[in-house]
Amino acid sequence: MPLLEIRNLKVEFDTAKGPFKALDGIDYTVDAGEVLAIVGESGSGKSVAMLATMGLLPDSATITADKMEFEGRDLRTLSAKERRKVIGKDISMIFQEPIASLNPCFTVGFQLGETLKVHTDLNGRQRKERVLELLRAVGIPDPEGRLGAFPHQMSGGQCQRVMIAMAIACQPKLLIADEPTTALDVTIQKQILDLLVKLQQDSGMGLIMITHDMGVVAETADRVIVQYKGRKMEEADVLSLFENPQHSYTRALLSALPENATGDRLPTVSDYAEAGGFQ
Amino acid sequence: MSEPILKVRDLYRTYDIAGGLFRKATTLTAVKGVSFDVERGSTLAVVGESGCGKSTLARMLTMIDAQSSGTIEIDGLPIDISKTGISKDMRQKVQIVFQNPYGSLNPRQKIGDVLEEPLLLNTDMGAAERRDMALEMLQKVGLQPEHYGRYPHMFSGGQRQRIAIARAIMMKPKLLVLDEPVSALDLSVQAQILNLLADLQDEMGLTYVFISHDLSVVRYIADKVMVMYFGEVVEYGTRDEVFDNPQHDYTKTLFAATPRADVESIRKRLAAKAA
Repeated sequence: MPLLEIRNLKVEFDTAKGPFKALDGIDYTVDAGEVLAIVGESGSGKSVAMLATMGLLPDSATITADKMEFEGRDLRTLSAKERRKVIGKDISMIFQEPIASLNPCFTVGFQLGETLKVHTDLNGRQRKERVLELLRAVGIPDPEGRLGAFPHQMSGGQCQRVMIAMAIACQPKLLIADEPTTALDVTIQKQILDLLVKLQQDSGMGLIMITHDMGVVAETADRVIVQYKGRKMEEADVLSLFENPQHSYTRALLSALPENATGDRLPTVSDYAEAGGFQ
Repeated sequence: MSEPILKVRDLYRTYDIAGGLFRKATTLTAVKGVSFDVERGSTLAVVGESGCGKSTLARMLTMIDAQSSGTIEIDGLPIDISKTGISKDMRQKVQIVFQNPYGSLNPRQKIGDVLEEPLLLNTDMGAAERRDMALEMLQKVGLQPEHYGRYPHMFSGGQRQRIAIARAIMMKPKLLVLDEPVSALDLSVQAQILNLLADLQDEMGLTYVFISHDLSVVRYIADKVMVMYFGEVVEYGTRDEVFDNPQHDYTKTLFAATPRADVESIRKRLAAKAA
């Protein structure tokens, strides 16, 4: 049984100009211990899909799916209260802007402890122990000293480490990382990606990487879904996707990478779109 | 393509950090003794991570900030705004394009006004002449004449970056400083903007100082590469020298950290994982 199984997911937003289809019937499955990358440009619906799974979309969104199961439990019929027990514990998420996703008014130690307070029976001292253990696991130097630090006193890379620590605090079975390194420098990006992959391999959790960066896909993923305008263009294991992309959109994306430039000009996705269009 | 259009010698910039009740005042040196030349019509890429002083350098080159010491010479004109101030002449030499096209355009200003403002401030052109130039520029950067009366929110990120580039080249500058111009954009849009920049360089003989942390973009666009680390230049050479044979440890770290999207390295990673 797959860890997460979604069939025919559709998301529509009500806008002043009528309904807007953000996702048009996409299937996702993730197995335990697997790294799935969802790639696409902005507007491709890659984040919307995972926000829908987490139940984090605003009321203006209409979500329909034939199947939406996590470990065999139907996510569609969960009440808000039951959902909160799953979200943050069994499924957790890391967002793009680490500094914006931490609360500036509370210390790092407090925010980490809060997750544990909600989802576990640990007492205060045990929670503190666990928080220190987590900070060590994500490679924060001097964790004891950092407990009392506020987010603004830490760098972007350190804040992202804290976010990861928070996300893995309850040993989730599925971790969703939404552009986790987009706001970071390449050297920090490398550290964060290595950390995520190491944590994923040690714990055997499923990991979904949402990204627009083909380099990140190549460095982390087992399997890749390529999305464009709310539709799935291609799904393949990472090697065959890069070696032998089947869909013209995937080929367009790969050839727009500056390192694959052959002539003076970079081919752009719209060159391909004009040539045939993507269906 | 031989004589340098931009000469920078021993450039320093320090910031005073005010002390408090329990803290002594200190100085922070953001740029420490940087020297380089950029030849006319070529592209110098400045690479480094956040906090390495590359944006401070851009601010000094574009006369937003004054240097603490050292000399900058653009097209034979010495620049030291703390002593001599800025003349219209100097403004015409150099312009800048910022990273975030959502933040760098005034939401209440129509695109036509955005493009005409540099002319209004720095030249004596009449309204009709300014309008003609703005319309011409819109076409040049791949936009339509009907975009003239629209507001920034009606455009996508890539289109806004085209507008920001158009605004920067309205004055026909000699030197264009591009501060991470494509890092906020999608891959396919990034390719379009890089193509546009290459076209403009050929057409107008522009010289670029291209600030970036994305090495694959740098490798594609640069003639020379300068790597900065904590305010100092740790590596400076032609693109091929720097990429084929990096000398400094930091440059090597940077290359090692850049994700590789080729089949060979994916295969290697998967093999390592299976083992």
